Amino acid sequence: MEAQPAVRVQAPAVPEPREGQSVARLELKMAARDVNLWYGEKQALFGVSLDMFDSSVTALIGPSGCGKSTFLRCLDRMNDVIDGCRVEGDIRLDGEDIYAPRVDPVQLRARVGMVFQKPNPFPKSIFENVAYGPRIHGLCKTKAEYADVVEKSLTRAGLWDEVKDRLDESGTGLSGGQQQRLCIARAISVNPEVLLMDEPCSALDPIATAKIETLMDELKKNLCIVIVTHSMQQAARVSQRTAFFHLGKLVEVDETSKIFTNPTDQRTQDYVTGRFG
Amino acid sequence: MSNAQAIGPTAPNLDWSSDQAQRRVRRRYAADRRLQAYGIIAIALAVGLLGVLIASLISTGFPAFIQTKVELPIYIDPAQVDPQDPGSGKYRALVREAVDKVVPGIPEEQKRSIGKILTSDAAYIVRDYVVDHPDVIGKTITLPIAVSDPFDQLHKGVIPKEMDALNWTQVGWFERLDNRGLVVEHDGRMSLKLDVYVNPEIVEAGPPPSGNFAVLAQSSLKAYLPRINDTSLVDMLAAEAPEVIGARIAAEPDIIGKTVQMYFPLSPHYAVLAKGETPKVLNPRFSQDQLAALDILDGKGLVRTPFNWELFFNADSRFPERAGLAGAITGSFYALLVCFLLSFPIGIAAAVYLEEFAPKNRFTDLIEVNINNLAAVPSVVFGLLGLAVFLGFFGLPRSAPLVGGMVLSLMTLPTIIITTRAALKAVPPSIREAALGVGASKHQVMIHHVLPLALPGILTGTIIGMAQALGETAPLLLIGMNAFIPSIENMGLLEPATSLPTQIFSWADSPERGFVSRTSAAILVLLGFLVIMNIVAITLRQMFQRKW
Amino acid sequence: MLGYVLLLITVLAVASYFFGRKRAAAVVGGRQQELHSRPSYHGAYVAAWVGLPSAFLVLIWLLLQGPVIDNLLLWSLPPGTVDGLTSGQISLLLSEIKSVAAGNVFSEPSLAVQDAAARYHSWQIIARWAMAAVALSIALLGLFFASRRISPEFRARHGAEHILSGLMIACSLIAILTTLGIVLSLLIEALRFFDRIPALEFFFGLNWEPQIPIREGQVTGGGAFGAIPVFTGTLLIALIAMAVATPIGLYSAIYLTEYAHPKVRAVIKPVLELLAGIPTVVYGFFAVLTVAPAMRQFGDMIGVPIAPNSALAAGGVMGIMIIPFISSLSDDAIAAVPRAMRDGSYAMGATKGETITKVLLPAALPGIMGGILLAVSRAIGETMIVVMAAGIIASLTANPLEPVTTVTVQIVTLLIGDTEFDNPKTLAAFALGLVLFLVTLALNVLALHIVRKYREQYE
Repeated sequence: MEAQPAVRVQAPAVPEPREGQSVARLELKMAARDVNLWYGEKQALFGVSLDMFDSSVTALIGPSGCGKSTFLRCLDRMNDVIDGCRVEGDIRLDGEDIYAPRVDPVQLRARVGMVFQKPNPFPKSIFENVAYGPRIHGLCKTKAEYADVVEKSLTRAGLWDEVKDRLDESGTGLSGGQQQRLCIARAISVNPEVLLMDEPCSALDPIATAKIETLMDELKKNLCIVIVTHSMQQAARVSQRTAFFHLGKLVEVDETSKIFTNPTDQRTQDYVTGRFG
Repeated sequence: MSNAQAIGPTAPNLDWSSDQAQRRVRRRYAADRRLQAYGIIAIALAVGLLGVLIASLISTGFPAFIQTKVELPIYIDPAQVDPQDPGSGKYRALVREAVDKVVPGIPEEQKRSIGKILTSDAAYIVRDYVVDHPDVIGKTITLPIAVSDPFDQLHKGVIPKEMDALNWTQVGWFERLDNRGLVVEHDGRMSLKLDVYVNPEIVEAGPPPSGNFAVLAQSSLKAYLPRINDTSLVDMLAAEAPEVIGARIAAEPDIIGKTVQMYFPLSPHYAVLAKGETPKVLNPRFSQDQLAALDILDGKGLVRTPFNWELFFNADSRFPERAGLAGAITGSFYALLVCFLLSFPIGIAAAVYLEEFAPKNRFTDLIEVNINNLAAVPSVVFGLLGLAVFLGFFGLPRSAPLVGGMVLSLMTLPTIIITTRAALKAVPPSIREAALGVGASKHQVMIHHVLPLALPGILTGTIIGMAQALGETAPLLLIGMNAFIPSIENMGLLEPATSLPTQIFSWADSPERGFVSRTSAAILVLLGFLVIMNIVAITLRQMFQRKW
Repeated sequence: MLGYVLLLITVLAVASYFFGRKRAAAVVGGRQQELHSRPSYHGAYVAAWVGLPSAFLVLIWLLLQGPVIDNLLLWSLPPGTVDGLTSGQISLLLSEIKSVAAGNVFSEPSLAVQDAAARYHSWQIIARWAMAAVALSIALLGLFFASRRISPEFRARHGAEHILSGLMIACSLIAILTTLGIVLSLLIEALRFFDRIPALEFFFGLNWEPQIPIREGQVTGGGAFGAIPVFTGTLLIALIAMAVATPIGLYSAIYLTEYAHPKVRAVIKPVLELLAGIPTVVYGFFAVLTVAPAMRQFGDMIGVPIAPNSALAAGGVMGIMIIPFISSLSDDAIAAVPRAMRDGSYAMGATKGETITKVLLPAALPGIMGGILLAVSRAIGETMIVVMAAGIIASLTANPLEPVTTVTVQIVTLLIGDTEFDNPKTLAAFALGLVLFLVTLALNVLALHIVRKYREQYE
């Protein structure tokens, strides 16, 4: 290891608008400040601060166990369901602290959707998989409204044409790529503002991966997407901004092109050039 | 996908801060808490029922662990007992004399009844003692002699000396009359003030007045409590109550055909009730004289309640105060011994073969399916098997622990095979490979390495299987292992026997009060054995638990 | 005697182990490396040949000695003694002879019986000595045969291991033999029953009065062996048991897997499993001692008469016993639903309750159903609780406050104190046993099949 300066947390707040850069036009959607996280006695995140913008894709990269998935799960308080997990710091959605006592994780998760590494459709029909969110939140009243939401969600997820004739069949009977798109349809059915994706393509073949990546491109037009990925190529293809995590710390965050071509930190440089990870 | 943008947001946007949304969220959380509450209620019910079970067993069984006894000084009269043949003396007479001496002045006709305070086995207790100690002939010895069951229960406070004379429905009738002001004191007696229609069809003026006064009095009372058909209602009136009517007619003959008020004296129990006390009667199982005699014994300090060792060292008896579990424990021990000797080696051998040696084919599949299904066959079916095959076909003796143990071992085998296979599976393949690698044969690997490592797991499973076998009742009933065993002297593998659970079943069927508490005590003993076995199994598992 | 013979065989086997070992070492003059197998394998080989055949012979001898002597006895009786006797009377005669032989004389036995008793006594002694002699000679033959084979080239280890393998296979066959024994004994006796009572009457008759003594020739009086009331009683009690156990067990499992703190779970789970470890005779007594009187009192209070041996008391207590089956199998089923399902539901903003009722339970349903089926099979086959707490009289009713009887109660009451296999009363127990065995077997196979399918779904 080369001599390194002490790890610095990326400066908080909205980055300075830069001329000719896409970021400049974007609105801040979620902001994390100095987030620390412990599993029992073991600290897994160390002072992570990161901004995530509307209508864009933020990619979180880094070697296995670096805390990127853990951080992602902080954004919709999914760590709450894990025993002995403790989060400190400040995470805001539209300026509102999502860990404030008055914020209900149930409501929060309706606004911040999530797609997981392995497709996890419920063992129900395709229709019921997508209608699950609207049903529990009571978004629709009539059958027709549900049918409408299901159709729109599946259409946005690019799955409608493939499944419209077999909505009553089990969601678990679909292929891996279809299942993952079903999960995306399920996540967007409640019209979330943020979509978190935890390595959504790692269990899929290249063709299915390509479909999901195209889909993300479409979805980001009215969503803030945060994606954790193992594949640097994928980060480069889909994201506007990329954050590099290492050993539970956020090493560097910047526009994707800069991270992959001219990173500031030596570790980022080593990682993106494949020297470790 | 290109049309995604055109579609726009999927669901209608919800304003989370709206009242409606907030209400809905509150409702959803309430449903969540409700589900949680159901869970807590369910667990509380299950644990509570377990608690009730244990508590009712302990509360009824506890008295059986002590036994009321009389320290009776007995003169072993050489005139009654021949020192050459102490087995056939007149011990009954000795006991009667001894009781006479402690409670002097019992009239001859009551001696039998007083003698019933002691267990009917009293003479045999003395005989057995004298046979064991022939040198006491001619001396006075003090032997603790169990009292018979009702007096044992009385002395322990399980049953009362007196009982309520009236039940609560009878008290209820009385209160209804009392509330209407009909209960008054008249001529110094508590009486019922009732309107009586002096029916000319029933009575005649006389003189002297005649007729069925009793019916008249009773029907007058019934008129106040219509719709009650209980014949015991008329017991409310004193026996001499009808005479009130006769006396009244004699004094005023013109009341015939009219309705007049009369005062009927209450019967003694209701009179007590009218004074605000609870009427009591002596428990019909005791006589006044018996209780007096018991009081005399108690007053002399002869009545003791020592720990009831006989519960463990006596065999069964028709008299609850003498009945013990020794026969049942011995029988269970023999049956379990047979069960262990058969199922342990056979179970291990079968498990080792299936887990380590058996080729994967239809035949071994069949064996596995068989084992899994046998584990779920109702125990009574194993009893039928034992009855038809061991008793019917092979002609083995009925009620014998050998047969019981064989049937139990068939039931235990699946448990032992399944747990042994699990223990063998838990031994990592690296150990096998290491041993095979240095040239050991498969059998050597098994015997020298795998089995010793799996042994704690195997033993744990075996003990748990044995514990199950110890509690099995139905198959033992069917092969007749519920014999009446009054002595453990002649017990053997082929002799008739009983076992702990079947003894519990037999005692539970006995009507005597003392057997209720002895049944609970027997259950506590059985549960005690099970707890010990399980603790041993758990300790074994924890001591040898290895993380590979 | 038997003990001595077995002891002798054991001692002989141990001795021949050492003998074989020594002999093997002697054959090569102590140069063990010249032996194919180590001396202890030679010893084990010899010991197996000495011990196993003779022990096996003793076993067979014991099993056959009784019937053989019985038949010899019957033949030896004066001609005509057993003519026209039913098998019940014959076995009564045999037991009289035996009890006379054992010295228990209650009334003056006939001369023929006294003779037979003397013969029985002497034959028994002969049989014992003959067994000892034959066992010993077999053991010595084994010793002779096996020790002759000891030589440097002899592969004693293979021999011993083959014997061991054979023994192990024999042991695993016991499972099949047991099943075979159950099926055959139930089937044979049940067929004998159906010889006397038409199967149609048994399966569809509405009247069950087996206690009426039916002698041969009087069997024509039909209607006494119609098992429908027994079956309905069994179902009623099982239904009550399931109605108690299913909600309690299922809700307990839900709470323990999803809500309870791990420490609470670690305490409560074993406590619930305690319920399964309590012998059923204890539950039976609990029903008689506490539950039935309490129910009766409650009935008196609200003015509803409740029978002391009502189906409700027996079924309710059986339900308590079954709680742990349902809770632990449901627990397993719910816990087996992959974490991803939970995550997926929580990420949609579902509460814990919604996740459980809308995702976990539907996903775990096959496993839970399998558990419930296993529990039903348990309830149907449960014996002691109903023997002690349910009725004996078969009545066709659906009223849980009245007494009903069950298959297992009938089996036990028909067979207690009676081993004669020649009247419909005792044979009926085997017919009922056959039905019980087949029904519980079918339920178990179905349940295991469902549970296995369900496990595969998530593996």
